[in-house]
Amino acid sequence: MHAPSGAAVGAKPLFDKILIANRGEIACRVMRTARRLGINTVAVYSEADRDALHVKMADEAYLIGPPPSADSYLRMDRILDVVHRSGAQAVHPGYGFLSENAAFSDLLQQNGVTFIGPPAAAMISMGSKSESKNIMQAASVPVVPGYHGEKQDVEFLKTQADKIGYPVLIKAIKGGGGKGMRIVERPEDFEEMLASSKREGLKSFGDDQVLVEKYLVTPRHVEVQVFADKLGNAVHLHERDCSVQRRHQKILEEAPAPMLSESVRALLGEKAVAAAKAVDYVGAGTVEFIFDNADGKFYFMEMNTRLQVEHPVTEMITGTDLVQWQLEVAAGNPLPLKQEQILANGHAFEARIYAENPTKGFLPDVGPLLHVRSPHIYDPAVIRLETGVRQGDQVSVHYDPMISKLVVHGRDRHEALRLLRRSLQQYQVVGLNTNIDFLKTVIDHPAFIAGDVETGFIQKHDADLFPAPTPAAADVVAQAALAIVLRQQRQTTTAAADPYSPWRSLQHWRPGYERAQRVTLQDGDHGLVHIDVTRQSDGSFGVTVEPAGTDATAVTRFDNVRAEIPMDDAEVVQVDLLDRRLRTSVVLEADTGRLHVFAEKGKRTFQLPAPKYLTAAAGDIAAGSVVAPMPCKISQVMVAPGQTVEKGTPLIVLEAMKMEHVIKAPKAGTVDRIIFGVGELAGEGKLLVAFKPDPEDAAAEKNA
Amino acid sequence: MLRWNSLARAATHARALPCAPRSGAFAALRRQPSHLVGLSAASRSLRGYYTQHEEQSAILPDNVDRQSDGFKENTTRMNALVKDMEDKITTIRQGGGEAARQRHLGRNKMLPRDRVQRLLDNGSPFLELSTFAGYQLYDDIVPSGGIITGIGRVNGTECMIVANDPTVKGGTYYPVTVKKHLRAQEIARENRLPCIYLVDSGGANLPRQADVFPDREHFGRIFYNQATMSAQGIPQIAVVMGSCTAGGAYVPAMADESIIVRKQGTIFLGGPPLVRAATGEVVSAEDLGGADLHCRTSGVTDHYALDDEHALVLARRVVSNLNYTKKPQISVRPAADPLYPASELGGIVGDNLRKTFDVKNVIARLVDGSRFSEFKELYGTSLVTGFAHIHGYPVGIVANNGILFSESALKGAHFIQLCSQRKIPLVFLQNITGFMVGSSAESGGIAKNGAKMVTAVSCARVPKFTVVIGGSFGAGNYGMCGRAYSPRFMWMWPNARISVMGGEQAAGVLAQVKRDAMVKRGEEWSAEEEEAFKAPVRERYEHEGHPYFASARLWDDGIIRPEDTRQTLGLALSAALNAPVESTDFGVFRM
Repeated sequence: MHAPSGAAVGAKPLFDKILIANRGEIACRVMRTARRLGINTVAVYSEADRDALHVKMADEAYLIGPPPSADSYLRMDRILDVVHRSGAQAVHPGYGFLSENAAFSDLLQQNGVTFIGPPAAAMISMGSKSESKNIMQAASVPVVPGYHGEKQDVEFLKTQADKIGYPVLIKAIKGGGGKGMRIVERPEDFEEMLASSKREGLKSFGDDQVLVEKYLVTPRHVEVQVFADKLGNAVHLHERDCSVQRRHQKILEEAPAPMLSESVRALLGEKAVAAAKAVDYVGAGTVEFIFDNADGKFYFMEMNTRLQVEHPVTEMITGTDLVQWQLEVAAGNPLPLKQEQILANGHAFEARIYAENPTKGFLPDVGPLLHVRSPHIYDPAVIRLETGVRQGDQVSVHYDPMISKLVVHGRDRHEALRLLRRSLQQYQVVGLNTNIDFLKTVIDHPAFIAGDVETGFIQKHDADLFPAPTPAAADVVAQAALAIVLRQQRQTTTAAADPYSPWRSLQHWRPGYERAQRVTLQDGDHGLVHIDVTRQSDGSFGVTVEPAGTDATAVTRFDNVRAEIPMDDAEVVQVDLLDRRLRTSVVLEADTGRLHVFAEKGKRTFQLPAPKYLTAAAGDIAAGSVVAPMPCKISQVMVAPGQTVEKGTPLIVLEAMKMEHVIKAPKAGTVDRIIFGVGELAGEGKLLVAFKPDPEDAAAEKNA
Repeated sequence: MLRWNSLARAATHARALPCAPRSGAFAALRRQPSHLVGLSAASRSLRGYYTQHEEQSAILPDNVDRQSDGFKENTTRMNALVKDMEDKITTIRQGGGEAARQRHLGRNKMLPRDRVQRLLDNGSPFLELSTFAGYQLYDDIVPSGGIITGIGRVNGTECMIVANDPTVKGGTYYPVTVKKHLRAQEIARENRLPCIYLVDSGGANLPRQADVFPDREHFGRIFYNQATMSAQGIPQIAVVMGSCTAGGAYVPAMADESIIVRKQGTIFLGGPPLVRAATGEVVSAEDLGGADLHCRTSGVTDHYALDDEHALVLARRVVSNLNYTKKPQISVRPAADPLYPASELGGIVGDNLRKTFDVKNVIARLVDGSRFSEFKELYGTSLVTGFAHIHGYPVGIVANNGILFSESALKGAHFIQLCSQRKIPLVFLQNITGFMVGSSAESGGIAKNGAKMVTAVSCARVPKFTVVIGGSFGAGNYGMCGRAYSPRFMWMWPNARISVMGGEQAAGVLAQVKRDAMVKRGEEWSAEEEEAFKAPVRERYEHEGHPYFASARLWDDGIIRPEDTRQTLGLALSAALNAPVESTDFGVFRM
């Protein structure tokens, strides 16, 4: 965060107290600037956020409702009530939730409270895709050439396509999910493709209306940060590239955009300011362009009338605090800097750390943050971590699963990339899946290093970014086992009256022989690995790593391994393996039996195999019983205890990640118990429906 | 392991070093071999001005010449003995051989040593007893006597574990098996250690029933011990992992709590063949005495286990609910490694009993910080007595440094009285050819003075531990707490010998008697003939005095590597302190 610049002479005073109508990292981010400026902060929170960081940081905090956003963070009436009770003079909406809600802005205005954001009119204009495009065209901001009108006859549309220039995209107006979408490379294919698109549109949506647009072969997402004050000044703070996306959401952003000529950058800025001015914009906004790598042309897409998630990269290269700018503008002060004073210095990256599962289509994940180790921030001007959660918090199903934003600033792109790589390497999260290792893979990709980015980056480099999983390296396995063995000594207790018991200090000792302790780990789909650890007479360890079911050639033996838990960090194991000293975090999730090793090449997760007595006890669970495939909410129960079902009978409908999944009976049988009721949340792997034991199974068991 | 801790500590002390005085006054520091500097916590910590000097003064000097040929030869010879022992242990630990092991594993059963490992706390030491039991004792090979016994920690409680090895002749009881089982129970009783029996045995070895069944110290004593130990509040836990037939059925039946593995453990007084012969009833073993019958119908067993591991987990759970507490009645202090490495013990002692060595060099490698507060240092010097700590526990050490004279015996008796009075455990380091003989000694009353020491040793009620580090001959064995004097534990080093007298002496005595008789008859006896007479005597004594021979018959609780002595004593001391230290009433000392 940057030091405040001197306030201009005659500046209007900033607010004494503001309310932040948001949660998570952005609420914390706003509060940090407010705190620095001496402004009191008011937090609002839902029942799910009682222990959240933003509540703790605020000077005052008010509970506004149950966890679902619709009942809390989107409740304008409750927020307004808190505004009144707390005496806040302004409301910062953050991003998401009510940040682009013109009605909310109006409501505040009617109540004499400042909305820290653009006027409602600008929001409305920019909120409509078609209207915004018209306005932009009028302001000579380029828009994607295309025909969106109602005339649908073939000849007309083909003329439009010729005008646009090939390749063109035919899209069903009602379309979605790629249905009814056709890319036409050559004019001679147009008619056939059009017919096919219309057929599919009619079949899928009952509507065969299409639009025709220019198709960009290698599009990039380039956006410009703009700022305008109430006095009619508008500037841009250079552009950002946010091309690397998954599920149409950004995960890596940088500023400035790589591989752009100075003239294009200048033109982008100019057009963005024109766009802002065209709608009499006030405050922070982002003008998004689609940029065609093929011909260097760019087209207006939309304008986001809020402070965006990725604003820190702009702050990093321009040395500004955009939240402070927002407050100045909202107070009626002029923009702190003039256009010519806003220089882009160096290069910045932002990596968004999400609770998600990259190998499962980036499905969001939820769960506790059991262990969080953040990158070392030795200089906040170089590395910033924006987060609203800390170790012990939950990432819940109710809100965005973003854990944090890691922002780095280097003197050039290479330096920034090095910093980002190093920081990601230090970042450790246990309790849920994250995209940290995936991000590391992306930024190590030659194309990314070269700045050769596009919105299709992840799909294009799919094979490189999702390499086939390989078995864990023997040294990683050895470290995992040593951590287990070393920790057990720490956990060995002694009676208070017998504190120096040799039964504790002489771990593994045997008279006249060595006895290996065997540790067995499940290495994902690669099967079991047995590790035999012996304590040698000089205090070092011998470690044998043997993947189950392999021959002697697959066995790795390490001798004279010195290993210890360093005094300063109980979660680390320090191992001298061959000639290397390794310091590795090893974290055990006790209740799931997952063991996470933060090795040099990223996190490896092993499973401690559950013993038979445990699995058998958990279940006397009969065959047919089903467990939750992912964390979910039960939305419908379709069977009752005692009911006999056939294989494939729908049992339960659950909602996970905004999608419904029907759980069907894996075999015929009788329902014994339904564990969860409608509306209840079930964790991954939790039993949902228990079946009665099948007498035939029981008989088979008895004879086994 | 111990050095593990000291490495960590060494780091701390290294930091403290710049503040520590380094003047030449700290002679003991200079005496340390250079590779050990920094390894000892005791000598590195900052202490009070006087305290520092006081502690330094108790440190035994390092008087070993590592460069001497004698030391090197001793090292080589002891290493060879240790290697031979280790190799034999490796074989013994395989139990009844590969075929039997595979057969056992094929039934989804855990091998007995794996059962013990799983029963113990992760990383717990296991003070295994009498590994050499049964070694070359019978025509049959009976590794470990067919039963594994030892002390280990289960849920933090030191327990005696007795595990049948079904891979050895079906786990049947040879005479030595019975003896080893009873010895384990004796140790458990004396030290108040809860007993866990992992039962998987075919019962008494029928061909040898005469040596197994009828006598006082035979099979029946097992159940007598269970009942009487239970009466004394020492928990008895049985885990039935195989058959418990006939007498064996009483192990679980007489336990405080018992666990049985389904479709694997069986308990019945008469097996299916006997039942059929007696009553004509045809019944399967499982229906006659399986887990389902005994947990659901008969109530003979209390806990139903799905498999071996589950049974052991249940046994651990039983121990966790014993509410068993240990209250050592002695003042403990933080343990500290000796200043000098135990690996040098072999070089000091060697394997030649005729060569003397200074036992203080041995003590210096066994006790905490090599600190030894010697008692009567200048009197009766062929016996070394003094106070020290082992793994933080106070001990009185009685060690031979030559033949026992009257003064040495008086000193020993005095010291044993002191330790009994103060309730300090006693450690005997035996290397004794006997009490002094000859007219001078006899006229000085060596018999009554030796008797005083034997009286003191016999009556002392403090825990006693004996390690035979050299010879153990004649009455010296008595005065130095041999097996007959009921030390809580007794071990031998691989170089040790035990017999009524040395082979050479015995041959000499027998030859003398024979020569006297021949002289009476006027016969000649050539030197060759005499040598031919003496050689087999020497050989026989050599064979029967050997640790393998002794340990095979349970004359001790095991043969240990010299470098394991400190660990062995530490664990045994700890185990012994589960029982209260009793006060001693001495018998009449003939003055």
